[in-house]
Amino acid sequence: MAYRWGFVDHPWRELRQLQREMNTIFESVFERPLEAAPACNVYAGDTDLLVTCELPGVTLDDLDISVMGDTLTVKGERKPAEEVQREAYHRRERRMGAFSRSIQLPNRVDAENVEAQYEDGVLTVHLNKAADEKPRKITVKSA
Amino acid sequence: MSIVERNEAAPTRTDTELTRQVRQFVPDVDIYETDDSLVLLADIPGVKADQLTVRLEKNVLTIHGRVDPIDVGERNLIHAEYETGDYYRVFSLSDEIDQDRIDATLKNGVLTLRLPKAARAKARQIKVSTESS
Repeated sequence: MAYRWGFVDHPWRELRQLQREMNTIFESVFERPLEAAPACNVYAGDTDLLVTCELPGVTLDDLDISVMGDTLTVKGERKPAEEVQREAYHRRERRMGAFSRSIQLPNRVDAENVEAQYEDGVLTVHLNKAADEKPRKITVKSA
Repeated sequence: MSIVERNEAAPTRTDTELTRQVRQFVPDVDIYETDDSLVLLADIPGVKADQLTVRLEKNVLTIHGRVDPIDVGERNLIHAEYETGDYYRVFSLSDEIDQDRIDATLKNGVLTLRLPKAARAKARQIKVSTESS
């Protein structure tokens, strides 16, 4: 089938568009300030929730965890171990500074009974679902 | 430069319980210089001290940290922003580093390597004496 290359059908149009998009993403990565918002995973059990966050290099004094309703907030600051001049860096990839993350959980939780552990740079928060959010087993009576 | 990255593939490892290959990650690293040493900081959350290998062989520095997945019991993963996996990164060191005195500490998921400069690499003040004619 004959196919004429009109302006709209240019074979490189899509590639050029892709290139433009890649440039935008690339630029935005470099402009991003070195902030340390932690990556978090959420696990759900029948009666409880587990939230784990990768948060290396934070001292407990600089970590603030709070719970309200169905929201877990992790705030803190990642401080460098010693003062270093900018020029002294050969390579700088780690994100430092203040961070704050609010995670919306799938259930409301019992804010009175939250356990949190920080070990090897991983924060683990264990939350119990609120009493009325726990599943109830319903027995079926046979007639 | 005293410390240069080497692009080497990490050794593959199979998770015996799940019989699949464990993911390998390149940890974020800061390298800075002080008067008497080079300091390397690597983010390796989830690595315990007995799972970390820092090896120096023929000027090649290898950092390999193994991470075991956490036990979540019967719970389901409903939101994932990170995967757990091993950390691996390799660097070439120059003779400017005193390789016998490298110091490594692991705290809160951050590995700190102190690489002291060899004596001759430190800047020396050279005293100039004048000769009177």
